[in-house]
Amino acid sequence: MLDFMKSYLTVIIINLIALIWLLFSVLRSKSKTRKSLKIAFKTFLRILPIIIIIVVFIGFLLGFLPPEIISEVVGEQAGFLGIMVTAILGSILFIPALISFPLAASLLNGGASIMSVAAFITTLTMVGIVTLPLELREMGKKITIFRNIFSFVFAIIIALIMGAIL
Amino acid sequence: MKDLNNMIMKKQQQKKTIARDYIAMAIVIIAATIALLVFPDKSWPVLNISKNYLIELAMVLPAVMIIIGLFSVWVSNETVVKYIGKSSGAKGIFFSIVLGMLPTGPIYIAFPMAVALLKKGAKVSNIIIFISAWACIKLPQELMEVQFLGIEFTLLRLTLTIIFVVLMGIIIEKLIVFTDRKKIKLSKNI
Repeated sequence: MLDFMKSYLTVIIINLIALIWLLFSVLRSKSKTRKSLKIAFKTFLRILPIIIIIVVFIGFLLGFLPPEIISEVVGEQAGFLGIMVTAILGSILFIPALISFPLAASLLNGGASIMSVAAFITTLTMVGIVTLPLELREMGKKITIFRNIFSFVFAIIIALIMGAIL
Repeated sequence: MKDLNNMIMKKQQQKKTIARDYIAMAIVIIAATIALLVFPDKSWPVLNISKNYLIELAMVLPAVMIIIGLFSVWVSNETVVKYIGKSSGAKGIFFSIVLGMLPTGPIYIAFPMAVALLKKGAKVSNIIIFISAWACIKLPQELMEVQFLGIEFTLLRLTLTIIFVVLMGIIIEKLIVFTDRKKIKLSKNI
């Protein structure tokens, strides 16, 4: 029982937070709770196809590519080049951050370095090539360009520091 | 009226994107099935790995979705605008990070909110911190990060991200003020 609790600690905490908050929400307002659950369900339907695609992709990635190849491209011995590869990939790809974590974990299990994985997650969320036109239109040229360039550079610095510490 | 039209257009666009995602999913599943039939010796490891990740996701995803839904109903965008618009200094930075972290919607909602904030007189640095926090430090997402990458990795990445996001906000504000001043000087000379 204790072992079970330990390995599923995060799962238990996440579900407890949702459950307790849901309980409070029901007690405060039934209509608001209904609305929240509707949003939750809609968000789930929106994200579901991407989840399935990523899960299939992870299966093929780890099932077909031996760890040696993954670690050669984005592992420790790939060094700075490996970080650049994942940082650029993260900037271009448009995967919801929520789903990027299982993907990142699979890369890590497959032989990628902590630096590469950290760079990937950070550019994925901070640099948005796909949302660039929208950001340009809403925020203007200056803020958008400065923000994306600085985000890319800082993502690499964050990755380097993480690699040095962990 | 214009707003209403805009909203309807955005909704239609969203529906199109969702339809596109489901079509992509179908194609991926068909392609994967064919690939596994061609390489039958790989089908067990591939399916096993996919199954394990799917189970891990299924254990946390419903709860994360419920938390997202509860946040978007109980914390309104107006509250967010009110807090960041008014405050400055360390308090402004703090509010920009904390309110950006709340999962109140996708990034394309943050841009118009940021514009509204700028018009209300919020500082450029706080706006940039707000957008960046919105993009990369979402509370429910962080729960997923802990689940898949561990607490150590998550906390370190979060701390570093917050430090650099604040730094970036301050630097970009200085750069924008600097370039704007140059422009004004130039136009005065002419």
